[in-house]
Amino acid sequence: MARLSSPEELEKFRQEAISMRDPARLCVSVCAGSGCVATGAGEVIAALGAELRKQGLEGEVDLKRTGCHGFCEKGPIVVIAPEEICYLEVTPEDIPEIVSATLKEGRVVERLLYVDPSTGERVTREADIPFYKHQERLVFGANRTIAPESIEDYLAIAGYQALAKALFEMTPEQVIAEVKEAHLRGRGGGGFPAGVKWEVAREAPGEPKYVVVNCDEGDPGAYMDRSLMEGNPYRVLEGLMIGAYAIGAHEGYIYIRQEYPLAVENLCGAMKRAEEHGLLGKNVLGSGFDFHVKLHRGAGAFVCGEETALLMSLEGKAGEPRARPPYPAVRGLWAKPTCINNVETWANVPLIINQGARAFTSIGTEGSKGTKIFSLVGKINNTGLVEIPMGMTLRDIIYKIGGGIPGGKKFKALQTGGPSGGCIPEELLDLEVGFDELTQAGSMMGSGGMIVMDEDTCMVDVARYFIHFLTDESCGKCLPCREGLRQMHKILSNITEGRGKESDIELLEELSETAAEASLCALGKTAPNPFRSTLRYFKGEYEAHIKEKRCPALYCKELISYYIDPEKCQACGRCLRECPAEAIDGGKKMIHIVDQEKCTKCGSCLEVCPPRFSAVRKISGEPVPPPIPEDQRAIVRKSKKQ
Amino acid sequence: MSEVRLQIDGKDVVTREGATILEAARSAGIFIPTLCHHEKLEPYGGCRICIVEVELRGATTLVVSCVHPVEDDLVVRTRSERVDRIRKTLLELMLAHAPDSPPLQELAVEYGADKDRFEKEASFCIHCGLCVRYCAEVVKKNAVGFVERGTRKEIAFIPEIAARECPTCKECLPLCPTSYLQAAFVLTEAFAFRSVSSEAAPEE
Ligand SMILES: Cc1cc2nc3c(=O)[nH]c(=O)nc-3n(C[C@H](O)[C@H](O)[C@H](O)COP(=O)(O)O)c2cc1C
Ligand code: SF4
Ligand code: SF4
Ligand code: SF4
Ligand code: FES
Ligand code: FES
Repeated sequence: MARLSSPEELEKFRQEAISMRDPARLCVSVCAGSGCVATGAGEVIAALGAELRKQGLEGEVDLKRTGCHGFCEKGPIVVIAPEEICYLEVTPEDIPEIVSATLKEGRVVERLLYVDPSTGERVTREADIPFYKHQERLVFGANRTIAPESIEDYLAIAGYQALAKALFEMTPEQVIAEVKEAHLRGRGGGGFPAGVKWEVAREAPGEPKYVVVNCDEGDPGAYMDRSLMEGNPYRVLEGLMIGAYAIGAHEGYIYIRQEYPLAVENLCGAMKRAEEHGLLGKNVLGSGFDFHVKLHRGAGAFVCGEETALLMSLEGKAGEPRARPPYPAVRGLWAKPTCINNVETWANVPLIINQGARAFTSIGTEGSKGTKIFSLVGKINNTGLVEIPMGMTLRDIIYKIGGGIPGGKKFKALQTGGPSGGCIPEELLDLEVGFDELTQAGSMMGSGGMIVMDEDTCMVDVARYFIHFLTDESCGKCLPCREGLRQMHKILSNITEGRGKESDIELLEELSETAAEASLCALGKTAPNPFRSTLRYFKGEYEAHIKEKRCPALYCKELISYYIDPEKCQACGRCLRECPAEAIDGGKKMIHIVDQEKCTKCGSCLEVCPPRFSAVRKISGEPVPPPIPEDQRAIVRKSKKQ
Repeated sequence: MSEVRLQIDGKDVVTREGATILEAARSAGIFIPTLCHHEKLEPYGGCRICIVEVELRGATTLVVSCVHPVEDDLVVRTRSERVDRIRKTLLELMLAHAPDSPPLQELAVEYGADKDRFEKEASFCIHCGLCVRYCAEVVKKNAVGFVERGTRKEIAFIPEIAARECPTCKECLPLCPTSYLQAAFVLTEAFAFRSVSSEAAPEE
């Protein structure tokens, strides 16, 4: 392949790529993102290849491996174009039928379709599945149409058009002005306006300048950056290069988590092909602009995602944050102006250049424009990656996209923003998603984690859990974070274990202020959020734990007891057999009793007690009734004749 | 280099561009407490005790004076209710490690810090990093370093280097605000130096 050396050549090559595809031709796309690979996409692809050969369709039907579609929970996912028939949870055993029915005869295999749990209706097209229907997939949507190893696929959807436009029709200042006007805010957590950062980096003295992609993504449970990088690496590269041109950088770094092998593989492939096509390296598209990019694999500490720590780590030093100012845009990598942005931030750039700031700002709230990808997990029917327009309400995300709470349980809180985010209660569900909106509610956008919690979740324990995570991940450099969080974790553990004191709340508030105000980096500064937000909205739960030694959610082990209701026990003996601690006393036609001394509170008895009896229950904050006297333990059955 | 004009505790101060607030304050004879700062070392910002309140263009924030650069028109308050409260908590957190440290005790009196506010921690070290940084930046021997990360972070002498360098240096020992460095040194000397030097003996 000769390097493309002008925008005209790029257009010609694009038209060729498009003309070679017949939109009416059958194409089977299998999601080969990390999620679906884990559930068996590799086997499905192999089976498909073999079956196409067997049924004589080889060469007649295209087979494509794409990146993550977002609905990983229902993987492996197979989508058949042109009709976009979407099959979920496909196994290799389903393949012969898919090939013979759908590909040969155009019949839909009903049992593999999505079933709407509320209506029982089957949905054929992927875009009509409620999970997708309410999304606005401007950044993530392309994942399902391109194979990451095919630069032609990317070109066919207007890929590199923005780069050509920036390099040939715009000055760097115009690019910056456009991004500023689009009010693109950083998707990696802080929400800082990208255009402003670019301008600072452009104007800062010092050469060379650098651009960096932050793909560290250390939030447990979050994987949007990984999925973007795996599924559409070209788009991130294109955005990065536009940014580099704008600030005057000719070197870039991609800092990517060690644990993301597929993202690394797909990115390396994309870099190689982009370079072969003149879309990376020297004299990009014949514009005279040179741009080289290097990959750096991060060792995986959460704090290395913090920009100054990341730059330290890139320089080969210990990944500890340093004081800002000076900000990296002024003094970053090797003390040179460095513009560091998140994967998703970079991936938004081609969109803005192609469609203009006005189109971009037509979506969103006052302060937050465009879309945001979230990782929706927890006690919710549909889990996965969702891209929503800023300004959508939390309620719509949970109920329209997420399909509500499973098991007839009640919603309790939405935790957003990653480990140092906060919990938002039911009464704020009409909040519109945006950076400032979430911060005002005591949480944050963070990198886009969303964990749905139901009534069985103890909010004090949630605070304890996240503070524990953050204590563990503190780099240890500054005192308010290292020691303050250590103490906060101790106190919260005491409260959940029934040793809380009335003065604890005040002490936690004081430690929160110290960490928030005096910590060196944003890890420590935001770490009190889990405590502060749960105290703000669920103060009653703290009081119940401390004053009544009661866990209202019946979750905290030390504060609950398992009790068999003598009125309900039918002596089926299930609990007796399952109890690993031999804590249950019972016998034929005898009311069963839990020996509280022996009980380890594993919960097995509650789980196995048949729902029609529901004799086992949890008690908190009140004494367990004394076991009924021996002579009253015989069960006299009323309903059944013996 | 141009001059910067700011105000600290109501006093007009002129200093050089690029100076820290702490440097500016000291040059004007204004005291700000420090624990991890050392004139010969790069700014670090670990203990946070030197936190001050600053006002610029109508916004009030807290910054750490030993690393924060001066700016024109900055209004600095080295003491305020908020600053004192945070310093008190910081001291209490440190006193859980080193209740008998003289510099900590002195500050504790000033800020009303209670040394028993938190349960005692096992290690006396307050992780100011003075020993580690002094050995690396001034002596340039790296005989003492940090091991582990976060709450498990501790200082440790590297026996191979320490056995060779420390006996004739010991410059870091008086820098330590707690008794930890001395204790760690004695321990390393007693256990590790001997084995290192006996291994090295045949070559002598
Ligand atoms: C503890 C911590 C972890 C972070 N992890 C990430 C991360 O994994 N990815 C990311 O893009 N930004 C992360 N950030 C935010 C970065 O410091 C920085 O703000 C961001 O990369 C800037 O890019 P943006 O403006 O495009 O968001 C983290 C910040 C902190 C304090
Ligand atoms: S706030 Fe925590 S993670 Fe950040 S520098 Fe301080 S100790 Fe390290
Ligand atoms: S909670 Fe577990 S240990 Fe306790 S009685 Fe039930 S099964 Fe036995
Ligand atoms: S041993 Fe002393 S000097 Fe070294 S870090 Fe600990 S407290 Fe600071
Ligand atoms: S990996 Fe297949 S849908 Fe996410
Ligand atoms: S003296 Fe400033 S942070 Fe320690």
